[in-house]
Amino acid sequence: MTTLSARGVSMRLGGAQVLTAVDLAIEGGEVVALVGPNGAGKSTLLGALSGDLEPDAGEVTLDGRPLGARTARELARARAVLLQRQGLAFGFRVEEVVRMGRAPWYRTPAADDDDRLVTESMARADVTPLALRLYPTLSGGEQARVSFARTLAQAAPVLLLDEPTAALDIRHQEAVLAVARESAVRGVAVVVVLHDLALAAAYADRVCVLSAGTVAADGPPTRVLTDELLTRVYEHPVRVIEVEGSLVVLPVRSPIALGAEESTCAPS
Amino acid sequence: MTIEAARETARGLDNDDQWGRARRAGGAARRVGLLGGLAIALLVAMVIAAGRGQLDVPPSEVLGSVLHRIGLDLGPLPHHPQGENTLWQVRFPRVVTAALAGAALATAGALMQGVFGNPLAEPGVVGVSSGAAVGAASVIVFGWTFAGTWSAAVAAFVAGLVTTLLVYVLSRDAGRTETVTLVLTGIALTAMTSAGLAFLMFLGDSQAREEIVFWTLGSLNGSRWEQVAVIAPLTAVGIAAALVLSRQLDLLALGDRAARHVGVDVERLRLTTIAVVALLTAAAVAFCGIIAFVGLVVPHLVRLVSGPGHRVLVPASALGGALLLVLADLWARTAIEYADLPIGMLTSLVGAPVFFWLLRRARRTSGGWA
Repeated sequence: MTTLSARGVSMRLGGAQVLTAVDLAIEGGEVVALVGPNGAGKSTLLGALSGDLEPDAGEVTLDGRPLGARTARELARARAVLLQRQGLAFGFRVEEVVRMGRAPWYRTPAADDDDRLVTESMARADVTPLALRLYPTLSGGEQARVSFARTLAQAAPVLLLDEPTAALDIRHQEAVLAVARESAVRGVAVVVVLHDLALAAAYADRVCVLSAGTVAADGPPTRVLTDELLTRVYEHPVRVIEVEGSLVVLPVRSPIALGAEESTCAPS
Repeated sequence: MTIEAARETARGLDNDDQWGRARRAGGAARRVGLLGGLAIALLVAMVIAAGRGQLDVPPSEVLGSVLHRIGLDLGPLPHHPQGENTLWQVRFPRVVTAALAGAALATAGALMQGVFGNPLAEPGVVGVSSGAAVGAASVIVFGWTFAGTWSAAVAAFVAGLVTTLLVYVLSRDAGRTETVTLVLTGIALTAMTSAGLAFLMFLGDSQAREEIVFWTLGSLNGSRWEQVAVIAPLTAVGIAAALVLSRQLDLLALGDRAARHVGVDVERLRLTTIAVVALLTAAAVAFCGIIAFVGLVVPHLVRLVSGPGHRVLVPASALGGALLLVLADLWARTAIEYADLPIGMLTSLVGAPVFFWLLRRARRTSGGWA
């Protein structure tokens, strides 16, 4: 079973302490959501977990071996990453972009599966109808899904997703996270950075709340996502309510702010 | 998933598979057609170009002459008493040099655009050409003769490589090179080499000045087999290396980080590619002077037909660049009787409008290159 674990990871970026002694372990078969306010260090932690950033202190290991000890190609066979922002320099077709996910397996026995995995990944990310389109001509949400398909095609035991739902409509938000869950059921360790706490509650086995570079809470959604904790971390009053078995996270809107608009219409 | 939805998906998969196969087959035919067409066009152009000049030799006699040399008694030999000599001592070395230089420059351009993920990049960006110009100008002004008649070429080659190395080292920080930093460093260093070139022209006498000017305008005049013997292996090695790198260059289009995520050692790929670009460009520039726009325009035109995949783009650019420069050189030496126009001037004259058209076209079709 795959285990990706960060132990005592600290990181400074541009003179600011972004992460302080973060411990986090993800097992194959589970979906862990990273949540927290802007600047809490979510993307930085994901960067450390993906091996892009070398921690200043502590280490990230995959199955007991530090990420830094692997070559780029070995690492690519071990983990797939979906970045927040995708770009493509040239006008490749969607199918070609998805096929790029198979590059780490070039000239290995696993390359026999290339065609099957590319087709399957495109179907799972719902981009099959776009197969022949040019990537740069797609909308932002479509590009995000194509990139998601590329990471699926990589067929790595660890899947790291940085805000995969940011550019997506409701249907595709749900679909992408459902596919991520499905990957976890197949044994993949999934880490997903999310802003939407209700989505995190619905699809994650565990929610890890980051606050100012430290882990504020880490556990099952129902235990972690509480009024008290979220209000403290987000520095804004938040209420968590349960509707038909799902957690709904509501920011408390101040009656003064809401009332202010009304008062302009009211006769004085 | 409902049964209906599953069926839908299955149908989609089936369709896609057929589509994929049909498209791949179509793509392969297109690739073979493009590469084959360019190769044939290049051979035809070379035969015609070799025959044209002050002493005209018909294509059939050019072919006959070549076939006789390789031991096949086919076709007519040149009927003019000087025909055979002209072909083998003047025309062939020149045409072959043009083809090699064109192939080297266009391949270097394709690599450069790939490594920067930017269609506007060309070998000049990393300072190869301007550095080489300073090297050649130094030899001309100071009259160095460390390598006999080849001194200018050797100096140009070395200076081109050194300048590129300098650009790379200066733009590297903490084991990484950002593309924009690299390009800006190249611009800064090019400004310095331009100043150096200006100073050398100031130092030199009027004859040296004239030589420098003509060197920077580019010319294939006076190409000899000895030069071909130097350019050919360098170009062959460079193109072979480019073909090896092409698969990884495709992935670099994803951006540095995403390319790393799919297993590309980005920094090593970039260093290797720039080394290959410097080698190819320096080889061409050392003997032919500065020939602009071939490296920029040819890969663009090829991309319109072949798509952006480097496995076709690289060899097709090599063939296309060779074809373009053979034709440009033919034009340069036949446009005006008894005159040899600077080939660099001609490639810019044609290349710039083509590039302008490409820019407009890209804006219309995909919103420009940002």
